[in-house]
Amino acid sequence: MPDVTTAEHAAKAGHGHEHGHEEQSFWRQYIFSVDHKVIGIQYAITGLLFLLFGFGLMMLMRWQIAYPGAPIPLIGGLLGDERAPGGIMLPEFYNQLGAMHGTIMVFLGVVPLAVGGFGNFVLPLQIGAPDMAFPKLNMASYWSFFLGGVVMFASFFVPGGAANSGWTSYAPLSVFATTGQTLWLVGMIFLITSSLLGSVNFIVTTIQLRAPGLSFMRLPFFVWAQLVTAFLLLLAFPPLEAAGVLQLMDRVAGTSFFLPSGLVYADAPWEASGGGSVLLWQHLFWFLAHPEVYVLILPAMGIVAEILANNTRKPVWGYRVLVYSVVFLGFMSFVVWAPHMFLTGMGTTMSSFFQTTTMIISIPSVVILSALFITLYGGSIRFTVPMLFALAFLPMFGIGGLTGLPLGLSAPDIHLHDTYYVIGHFHYVVAPGTLMALFGGIYYWFPKATGRKMSDLLGRIHFWGSFVAINVVFMPMLYQGTAGMNRRMYDGGEQYQMNADVLWLNEVISIGAWVLAFFQLFFIYNFFNSIKRGEKVGANPWQATTIEWQAPSPPPHGNFAAPPVAYRGPYEYSVPGAPNDFVMQGDPDSAAQPAKV
Amino acid sequence: MDIPYIVEERADTGLNNVKLGIWLFLASEASYVLLRLMAVEWPLGVDVLNVPLGAVNTAVLIGSSVTMVMAYASLKMDSLDRYKWWMSWTIGLALLFMVIKGFEYNHEFDIGNFPWTSTYLAIYFTMTGLHALHIIGGVIVNSYFLGPGAKMWETNKAQFTNRVEAAGLYWHFVDLVWIFLFPVLYLL
Repeated sequence: MPDVTTAEHAAKAGHGHEHGHEEQSFWRQYIFSVDHKVIGIQYAITGLLFLLFGFGLMMLMRWQIAYPGAPIPLIGGLLGDERAPGGIMLPEFYNQLGAMHGTIMVFLGVVPLAVGGFGNFVLPLQIGAPDMAFPKLNMASYWSFFLGGVVMFASFFVPGGAANSGWTSYAPLSVFATTGQTLWLVGMIFLITSSLLGSVNFIVTTIQLRAPGLSFMRLPFFVWAQLVTAFLLLLAFPPLEAAGVLQLMDRVAGTSFFLPSGLVYADAPWEASGGGSVLLWQHLFWFLAHPEVYVLILPAMGIVAEILANNTRKPVWGYRVLVYSVVFLGFMSFVVWAPHMFLTGMGTTMSSFFQTTTMIISIPSVVILSALFITLYGGSIRFTVPMLFALAFLPMFGIGGLTGLPLGLSAPDIHLHDTYYVIGHFHYVVAPGTLMALFGGIYYWFPKATGRKMSDLLGRIHFWGSFVAINVVFMPMLYQGTAGMNRRMYDGGEQYQMNADVLWLNEVISIGAWVLAFFQLFFIYNFFNSIKRGEKVGANPWQATTIEWQAPSPPPHGNFAAPPVAYRGPYEYSVPGAPNDFVMQGDPDSAAQPAKV
Repeated sequence: MDIPYIVEERADTGLNNVKLGIWLFLASEASYVLLRLMAVEWPLGVDVLNVPLGAVNTAVLIGSSVTMVMAYASLKMDSLDRYKWWMSWTIGLALLFMVIKGFEYNHEFDIGNFPWTSTYLAIYFTMTGLHALHIIGGVIVNSYFLGPGAKMWETNKAQFTNRVEAAGLYWHFVDLVWIFLFPVLYLL
């Protein structure tokens, strides 16, 4: 192949010309790139933008909840008469905001950032690979995700607005819903296709492209977490795609997969053949959506393990136990979906089975969290900005996990189901938990991606402000929910007498949310400012051990000048007798440390 | 650095990248089909469908799987011309399958059987429709490997053979799904 011009051709064809990247056009290099690092950054930035957008939707809702019926200040007039006439939010619009907040945060925000962003950027570097195994597939995966995002975003502007049946899209409500729901389903099909292609790529890359000497038990924990996540995405997402196609058929082709016989809608019998099952949707949805919880949390655990080891200057405690736990967690996550459905009348036998499995899956989670806590013991801790976020993750995820136990038991779930307690619980897992870890990861790997550090002072302001504000947001929700306050209330729960005692907290939570938004400004400024003006750093600013820190910052196309080789485990910190307090995985100097697993 | 193990197998895993990738992809597709089948109730038998036509179609599709194997074997035996001959047959048989499917759909519509008529027909149309989409996808990929994609034969025989093998695995999978759908929808 004499005239290769594009780098991916060179990479694919498996011969030496891969310095072609200087010749690439702007579009090839930054927009339709096949380089895993560029794709990772594309994922991360798109994910961050969608997180901001989803947060914006929530801030609108929090206004309505705190001050029901009051006109929204500043932007109320811009929303249009079909959403908020006179700036006062309509119930239909509130429902759209709720459904789309959930969908956007989970499928377009956290997963693309945690898996698409960190996975793509860090994983190949950490295993010493030149790129992902299938670079073009990687690009296809990003653009399929992007299209899905565009469809979701566009659905706000169709007649009737965006999907408004909750992020779970329960049938039959969703089958009757306005056009936005159809776009939601189409968008989901794009997103699922994207994650399917991505997960195949991750698994093949991890299994095939590990550097020589990098055995499975020498993989950094982050890679293990991403590998298990990829398997969850590979096997749990397709059933939702199937369910999405069935619901699409119900809506577009008039089938009755999810419609029972004799359905009455708006005082008239619904014209359909009937015979379908309403619960079927819930089973299919939660068969995805519970593993999805672990898709949200496992990459965060991986990031935290990396940051903890680096900043305690100690090996992660119980590496093998961590690995076995995360694999076990992956398997178990496929049989824990039904606690979401305890109150659907699926029967007590099912309930007892699923409450048992749910209690079992808490064991590996607790093991992982404990191991991470024990890692701190006896370490000479560096309180860097990434470390602050990683430290915050531990108790936050702890609260999120422990508050989940009562929901996994069928008896207390009767009281807590569909209350603010549920919202508080899963947000503690995903928002103060996962998001804290993801922010920590951004501060940690930013020097690798750009060659510059983010500002330390702004990072600390961002951390402390967010940490306090985010607890002001979610802690009161647990309290409100225990008092019995229902979620999904357009008026914030005013109409129920029993909520009178806890209603004042609505305003507290809303103010907390706006304060939280304010502190994100420090992050946004810091992020963009540091790309141009941050302090320049070398290849290994954190004195870390894993292979990605061997590559130049930022790594060129193809990543490493020479193929790296792993000589030891990933966390050789403070090795007795070694000249430095860290020995890099790829350091061949056997005087520093005899190679061991 | 170049991406390793595109063609050659990695010693400790015994696989090359493409083969592992396509099998993972097929695994995910399998879980998709399985769950869909577990999910639905089975309302009725089969008087509605044309069993002989379905049987002919099954034969056509199995035939195309055979020719696909022949195409791959031809590459292994270093004959691009024979490969093109067998690959053309594979694509031709796939198109024949689609034509027969079209007649079947047309007949169902003529006698007033639509997806919204009953849940059984909804399942029939959804599943065969999705299967047909997979066939179309396969025809597109195979046509690419018959036409412009075949240029790779001159530059990198091993990788081209690999690609055809992966396409073949996909094709057999789609065939297998039909072999599963035919008895479930037509005969039971």
